Amino acid sequence: MRLAYFQMIDTISKLDCENGSVEAIANVPTESTIFEGHFPGMPLLPGVLLIETMAQTSGYLLLASRKFEAMPFLASVKNAKLRTFVEPDTKLSVTATLEHSGSGFDVTTAEIKFDGKRICNAQLTFRVMPFPEERLRQEMLTRFSEIHPTGLPS
Amino acid sequence: MSSTFEALVEIIADTSDIPAEEITPDKNAFTDLGIDSLDFLDIAFAIDKHFGIKIPIEAWTEEMNDGKASVDDYFLLSRLSERIDELVAAKNS
Repeated sequence: MRLAYFQMIDTISKLDCENGSVEAIANVPTESTIFEGHFPGMPLLPGVLLIETMAQTSGYLLLASRKFEAMPFLASVKNAKLRTFVEPDTKLSVTATLEHSGSGFDVTTAEIKFDGKRICNAQLTFRVMPFPEERLRQEMLTRFSEIHPTGLPS
Repeated sequence: MSSTFEALVEIIADTSDIPAEEITPDKNAFTDLGIDSLDFLDIAFAIDKHFGIKIPIEAWTEEMNDGKASVDDYFLLSRLSERIDELVAAKNS
């Protein structure tokens, strides 16, 4: 995780566009200014960042599935459950599955585990729109190439 | 009422705070019932799943933006119900 840059995913470990699933690793850093305020003396990764982590994992699946021809934007979060505190220096396993691909929107279900134990889960809806700028598409492609060892899907 | 319309009423009532008795064929989902585009994503998701179709929201929106169709053409509930029937028939043909 590069919290200052809102980059939550470190590695995409498995990507299956055909069956609509993705697995990713997100390492919670040991130190961050976020932990100074959340909370003093009790550093915890904020729940909204766990949701963002699930959203970004889902987002990479949707981007890759659509061959980076459209950008998913998080539109709604349903049935979000934050089950356990997440402390600094924790290796999170994130999975997302495509629930439905509609016209201009996609729905995923996602969850995060630590040591095999489920930490949080939610159903996420994304509006899927053309990239507003080519620069954004290039940035997403670059970031995807950095975190997905085998590069872009064919 | 057709079974399609009854299912549509149930979906809209379940995904919004609108009482089922207010969801009638002569109402427009947006202009009469006050459903917004985000709420409609939930409705479209439920319709897609219930009927096994994919409502072409993007194509409909483009037609409306181009002035080739009105909001009532697709989102008056009687028309929406008919469109769903057409999509289901196309899927099964």
